[in-house]
Amino acid sequence: MSSKIIKHTFKQGFEGIYRNKTMSLASIGSVAAVLVILGLILMIILNINAISLSTKEKFDEIYVYLEDDISNSRIREIGEEINAIDGTIAVVFQSKEYALEKMKDEWGEDGKLLEGLSQNPLPNTYVIQLKEVSYANAVIKQIEEKDGIEEVKYYKEVVEKLISMADFIQYFGIVVIIVLLLVSVFIIQNTIKITVASRKTEIELMQYIGASNGFVRGPFLFEGITLGTLGALLAIIIVLNGYDYLVAFANEKFFTMLSVYLIPARMIAVDIFIIFVTIGIGIGMLGSVVSLKKFLSV
Amino acid sequence: MLEFINVTKIYKDKYTAVKNIDLKIDKSSFSFIVGKSGAGKTTLIKLLIKEINPTEGKIFFDGEDITELSSRKIPIHRRKIGVVFQDFRLLNKKTVYENIAFAMEMVGQPEKIIRREVPTVLSMVGLSDKANNFPNELAGGEQQRIAIARAVVNKPELVIADEPTGNLDPETSYEIMKIFSEINRRGTTLLMVTHDRAIVDTMKKRVIELKNGKIIRDTEEGDYYNVF
Repeated sequence: MSSKIIKHTFKQGFEGIYRNKTMSLASIGSVAAVLVILGLILMIILNINAISLSTKEKFDEIYVYLEDDISNSRIREIGEEINAIDGTIAVVFQSKEYALEKMKDEWGEDGKLLEGLSQNPLPNTYVIQLKEVSYANAVIKQIEEKDGIEEVKYYKEVVEKLISMADFIQYFGIVVIIVLLLVSVFIIQNTIKITVASRKTEIELMQYIGASNGFVRGPFLFEGITLGTLGALLAIIIVLNGYDYLVAFANEKFFTMLSVYLIPARMIAVDIFIIFVTIGIGIGMLGSVVSLKKFLSV
Repeated sequence: MLEFINVTKIYKDKYTAVKNIDLKIDKSSFSFIVGKSGAGKTTLIKLLIKEINPTEGKIFFDGEDITELSSRKIPIHRRKIGVVFQDFRLLNKKTVYENIAFAMEMVGQPEKIIRREVPTVLSMVGLSDKANNFPNELAGGEQQRIAIARAVVNKPELVIADEPTGNLDPETSYEIMKIFSEINRRGTTLLMVTHDRAIVDTMKKRVIELKNGKIIRDTEEGDYYNVF
């Protein structure tokens, strides 16, 4: 490509954007809106995945919470009985005092809050390691039949629920995003159409004179790509700042526990940038191409 | 240099614009195409510049079948043809000079050649002193001269003029025809679609008459109306 063609493409492309500012802004806005929603869905999925991963070590552990009013000997008996069940390889007892200390540690600064408790609300617990995950259901069933058991928790289920929720959000999100992508392609297509219409005489002339296809189409492709990219940049700013704010908000208002699992914005900034700019350029190009196909008939 | 072989064009709405056209145009010739509105004249031009494709038949230009041209090669084909329109189609935001330079820029001519060629064609059409005017400031005849200059500046082999005098008074039309004659005299093939009886009768050139999409007359040194 000669410098002349590049210069022509840039000049005409920017002129197209500037001449119909309102439609250009609408295009940028619609691309940004689509990408912000995409970002939102992406953040939810990424964070659910992260939470699932960080709880993975608890996958093959079964937590048996004991009733508060049973005797120490009954506690020991339960331990032995669990040991005897086929499929368990290790049974560790965690006293309610130990559990409270551990929680204080995990909460860090906020741990002081727990000191105000008049009574320890946490139960005595047996943590069971399984020989294999496949034993889980049988083991849980046998433990639940025993006396003095308050609750049996198996985290795999929680994780599985999280994953299935992530799956649902993913499918739902994909549908929403496809619809929105089509909408923004349509809006860009219309913006380009206006530029094409406003330069109809010139474009027809160019085609009659024998300007190469690249020469005729270049400026419109450039215009579409520029609009898409600007929309993407706007969305990146909104999503990263918004997410940063949300993480900070969660840190402040909710359990510190929760925010430990949240992915910090700077960790995903580069990925978001690449994904958004790629999609932005894609939408812009597609909008231009559709428009050119429809309106450049000569 | 140009040959239509059994060309038929039926538009999507089943309307037959031209039917079984056989036509041969020699290099450096001057031909008029006459006929009522809807006779198929415009379709013939559109076929020539490959704005549309025939439903049937072949069109050879310089020995090449243009109905088979790939879209990438269409611009190359069009550079061999200069088109002059009835409504001039000038860019009103550009000066006379820029309008003509535009045609050269669009096909990638270097600035140096543009600066040399534009004044040459301007002087040929007699507009040397109007180079820096805008088209709106000029009379119809002068605007048509800009359009002619633009059509020939890239030195096409064929110039097609679609009713070039349709919007002009007889005297101005006569001036315009002198320019076309000069262009033809220098070796460029000319094909002119017209309704202008006076011009056709004066020029005594080949006349091809279309009616309902068919050639009903083709005479050397003919008149606008069939005298027989």
